[in-house]
Amino acid sequence: MITATPSIIGDLAVETDGLVKTFGATRAVDGVNLAIPRGSVYGVLGPNGAGKTTTIRILATLLRPDGGSARVLGHDVVREAAAVRRLVSLTGQFASVDADLTAEENLLLLGRLLGYSRRRARQRAGELLAAFGLTSAARHQAARLSGGMRRKLDLAASIIVAPDLLFLDEPTTGLDPGSRGALWEIVRDIVADGTTVLLTTQYLDEADKLADRIAIIDHGKVIAAGTRGELKGSAGSAGLRIRLLDPADRNRARELIADRQIIASDEPDPAVISARIPVQQRAGAPGQIAARALARLAGAGIGVSDFALGQPSLDEVFLALTGSHPAQAQPGQAQPGQAEPAPAQEAAR
Amino acid sequence: MTAISRHERPAPAGPVAASLAFAWRSLLKLKHVPEQLGDVIGIPVVFTLLFTYLFGRALAGSTHGYLQFLLPGTLALAVVLVTVYSGVTLNADLATGAFDRFRSLPVWRPAPILGALIGDIGRYLLAGAIVIGLGLAMGYRPAGGAAGVIAATALVVLFASALSWAWITLGLALRSPSAVMSAGFVILFPITFVSNVFTDPATMPGWLRGVSDANPMSHLVTATRALMAGTATAPQVLWPLAAAGALITVFAPLTVLLYQRK
Repeated sequence: MITATPSIIGDLAVETDGLVKTFGATRAVDGVNLAIPRGSVYGVLGPNGAGKTTTIRILATLLRPDGGSARVLGHDVVREAAAVRRLVSLTGQFASVDADLTAEENLLLLGRLLGYSRRRARQRAGELLAAFGLTSAARHQAARLSGGMRRKLDLAASIIVAPDLLFLDEPTTGLDPGSRGALWEIVRDIVADGTTVLLTTQYLDEADKLADRIAIIDHGKVIAAGTRGELKGSAGSAGLRIRLLDPADRNRARELIADRQIIASDEPDPAVISARIPVQQRAGAPGQIAARALARLAGAGIGVSDFALGQPSLDEVFLALTGSHPAQAQPGQAQPGQAEPAPAQEAAR
Repeated sequence: MTAISRHERPAPAGPVAASLAFAWRSLLKLKHVPEQLGDVIGIPVVFTLLFTYLFGRALAGSTHGYLQFLLPGTLALAVVLVTVYSGVTLNADLATGAFDRFRSLPVWRPAPILGALIGDIGRYLLAGAIVIGLGLAMGYRPAGGAAGVIAATALVVLFASALSWAWITLGLALRSPSAVMSAGFVILFPITFVSNVFTDPATMPGWLRGVSDANPMSHLVTATRALMAGTATAPQVLWPLAAAGALITVFAPLTVLLYQRK
C-alpha cells in the first residue's frame, strides 16, 4: 500500500486524520486518512456505499465527523466551518440545482448569495451559460433539462465564484458518453484556472482519465492511494504477450517462461504465448521479470518476432485490492434525464 | 472555452440579504409551480362555504347571521391550517441536492429557513385575502371597517408565522413530507375545532368549554372578531400576541438546534 506523503502542510488542499462517521451501527467512514495536494484532480474511487459521499459531506461541512479530524485548505472543518465554506464549492451526487427554477434563476440566486450585485449576478450568469453552451436553455426550468445539461448547470453553479477547492460527487453518473466527455473537458478547464478538484467516482475510466492521484476507498477505509502509476505498480498483474518466429517452439518456450512469478498460457494464435505477471511488491518490477523471461528464450535460441508488456488496468488493481469490481453498470446505458430520481444510497439523512 | 473562472471574490450576502434572496426563491417557485397554491386557495374556500351553508341555519338560524359570527373564525382557521405546509415544503426541500449546496455556501446558515418563512407570509396573506373576499361577496359586513380588517389580518398572519416555527421543527425532525403533514393535522384539528371558531363555547360541556377557553386558537379568534367588529380591547389582542411570542421562544431555537445538527 502506498500512502501519499504530505510535503508541506500548507500545500495540502485536504488533510484528514482518522476520520470516522457512524450512522447507527454502520461505520460509513471508518478511519479515512487523506492528503490531497493543491492544484490537481484527486479521485476517490470506490463502490457504492464505500463512504465516498459521506467523506465529501464531512469535508464540505455538511456533516460533523464522529471522530478524527479534517482540515480543508488549512481550516478545521468543524471549528472553522465558515472559513471552509468561503473557499469550497459542492456539486452533489444528484443535480444540486433547484429543479423548479430556470437555469438562469439558479445562477442568479447563487450569485446574489455569494455577494454579487443584481447587475453583476446577471452578467456572470450570462457569461457562464454561454461558456457552458446553455444560453438557449436559460429560461427553461432545470427539471426540464437533459441529464447532461443539468450537470453542466450544476458545474456552472459551482464556479460562479471560482472556489479554491471544488467537490464533485460522482459528476457523470447516469450520463451518456458524449455528455461525460464534455463534462471532463469542463473539469480540466476549471483545474487549469487554478481550482483543486476532489472527485468521487465509481467509474475506473473516469478516475484514470481525469485524476492525477487516486485513493481507493472501500468499507469506509482508504485501502490504497497514489498516482495512477503507483497504484498500477502495487497490485493487479501485468500482461506479457510474446509472438514466436516459429510456432513449433511454443511448448518449449512456454515451459521456459513459466516460473514462480509468471503464469504462461497459449493463445488461439499458434505462435503467441500470453503471460500474466502478478504484481507483488518484493518480486521486482514486472518489466524486469519480463526481461528475464525474454532472456531465457534468447538463451535457448528461441526466436521472438515481437512482444508487448501491458500495465495492469485500474480495474484489475481494484479487483485485487477489494475482491470485487467497482461498478456493475457501465455509464452510457442510463437514459438521459434519468439522473435525478434514485435515492442516494450513501446520502446521509 | 476561455476564462470560465473569475478570480474575484465579493463578500458573501449578509443575513438579511441572504434571507431575502431565499424569499425570492420561494416566490419564483410559486410562479413556476402555481399548483402548490392548491391548499392556500382550497382550504379557505372550502371551509367558508361549507360551514356557512351547511351549519349556518342550524347553528344561528340564518346563514347570513352565522356568517357574521363565522367569518373572522374562518380567516384565522384557514391561515392557521395553511401553516402546516411550511414544514411539509421544508422537509421536501431538505432532501434535495439544492439544499446541500445552500448549506455549503458562506452565508448565514438559517437564511434558507427564514427566507422560506418570509415567502410563506405571502401565502398566508393570500389565504386571508381569499377568505375576506369570499366573505364580503357572501354578505359579510365588518363593523370595524377596512382598518379593523387589516389589523385582524395582520394579527392572524403574525400568529401563523409564529406557529410555522413549530411545523418547521417537525419538518426537520421527521422523515418524510407526508409524516409532517399527518402529524401537523393530527395536532391542528383538535386545536382548531375545540375552540370558538364554529360555535359559542357556552353550548359545550363544562370540561370541553374549559379546554376551549384555554386554547390559544380561541384567543386568536376572539381578538380577530373584536378587531373586525371594531370592539377590540388591549387584553384581547395581547393574548394571541403572547401565544405567538411563546411559540417563537420555544420553536425557533429548537429549529436552529435541529438544523445545525443535520
